[in-house]
Amino acid sequence: MNGIHDMGGMHGMGPIDVHEDERPFHAEWEGRAWGLIRAAGPFGPERRRNFRYEHEILPPAQYLQMQYYERFIRLLIERLMAAKLLTEAELQSGHADPASPRYTPRVTPASIAEQFGRRRSLRREDVKVRAGFKTGQRVRARNIHPVGHTRLPRYMRGHVGTVLTDHGVFGFQDTDADGYALPDKPQHVYTVEFTARELWGNTAHPRDTVHAELWEDYLERP
Amino acid sequence: MADAEDRPVGRRKFLSDAAAGTAGLVAAPRLGANAQANAVAQDQGHQAVPSDVALRVKALESILVEKGMVDPAAIDAVIDTYESKVGPRNGARVVAKAWTDPAFRKRLLTDATAAIAELGYAGAQGEHMVVVENTPTVHNLVVCTLCSCYPWPVLGLPPTWYKSAPYRSRVVIDPRGVLKEFGVALSDDVQVRVWDSTAEIRYLVLPERPAGAEGLTEEQLAALVTRNAMVGVARLSGARGAA
Repeated sequence: MNGIHDMGGMHGMGPIDVHEDERPFHAEWEGRAWGLIRAAGPFGPERRRNFRYEHEILPPAQYLQMQYYERFIRLLIERLMAAKLLTEAELQSGHADPASPRYTPRVTPASIAEQFGRRRSLRREDVKVRAGFKTGQRVRARNIHPVGHTRLPRYMRGHVGTVLTDHGVFGFQDTDADGYALPDKPQHVYTVEFTARELWGNTAHPRDTVHAELWEDYLERP
Repeated sequence: MADAEDRPVGRRKFLSDAAAGTAGLVAAPRLGANAQANAVAQDQGHQAVPSDVALRVKALESILVEKGMVDPAAIDAVIDTYESKVGPRNGARVVAKAWTDPAFRKRLLTDATAAIAELGYAGAQGEHMVVVENTPTVHNLVVCTLCSCYPWPVLGLPPTWYKSAPYRSRVVIDPRGVLKEFGVALSDDVQVRVWDSTAEIRYLVLPERPAGAEGLTEEQLAALVTRNAMVGVARLSGARGAA
């Protein structure tokens, strides 16, 4: 969707906090929040929307104002409420309703270690799909505007670049208009190089380039 | 946005507060500057979300622990993983080895995932690694304009600026301006390559080895490598063209 999250090329977002140190969390709540998100992750509605789409449909003003982990917590709360695993009264009181069902944790300290070590590759070695484009070939990013989740940034659409690498076949991540997975459509993913001038015009530096990995469905012959 | 309420407290205190109940803590009157935002949120029908994020997280943790959905030790394990196991020191070891072992450097630039796995770093968000090498004429920068994609096994969690609007919006249209903001001035003969992590590939920048670091051991070299240099927003001191 053409949401606020797709911000490549926008102006006016302010200065960067360049002095941030290398600690992973800068307040106790950030670590607790990230841990909670991982630990509670398996609970929620049976049919899941794409989690990135859930972020993308937040109202733009809120998306920009919220801290990163705050957004995840807000979405975790919404997901648990949608599955009737959490109520507003509980959040207000800070305690579980004594009458609510009791569960068993699905994530344990041991499974956390296992999660970190696990490869969750979307690469599809199981299917043979013909590559539509070759390394070195000129390609155009299609001028399309999917309303669901998509990985084709707006700033690339309609522009011509060169295929640098064919990464093989991956599951397509775009969703339907409501953020739910589309029927399986594995396809090649390519790194495409655009010149900065192609994307931004003649004020861009003549040597500079921007690269992205684009699924075959995003590309056409120029 | 962090106020006094957000300052780190000991994990034990955090948990004991949570165990003692948070009913008083989630009440609006203590929340100061955020109370106004909460009032706005309530007008818009978002009463479910208490205003102060730290207190909300604490309340949510107590509720989910009471329901038996969450084991607090699993939360501790996540925090410990990022604080002591997975972070930019891993990437720094990869870089230092590439500087001292030409055969490894070659493997790293051809099949980064396998080369990085030789050092024991693999797993979620590191399934498909690509290493891009800085040279006297090429400077690489990594971003995820759409989200926050980042190579966890070698760099850990991304810094806040990496996930925030100013960096994500600007680095693709004005990489040299962004670099300048980070204190890196590049001459016109250097090419800037920006890598927008839109799919499943995760990037690590191999910085130039600083001049004058010839006699150092691999471990001493690793200590020179910063997170920012491996994202591409810093050059290591002594390297050609450093600001």
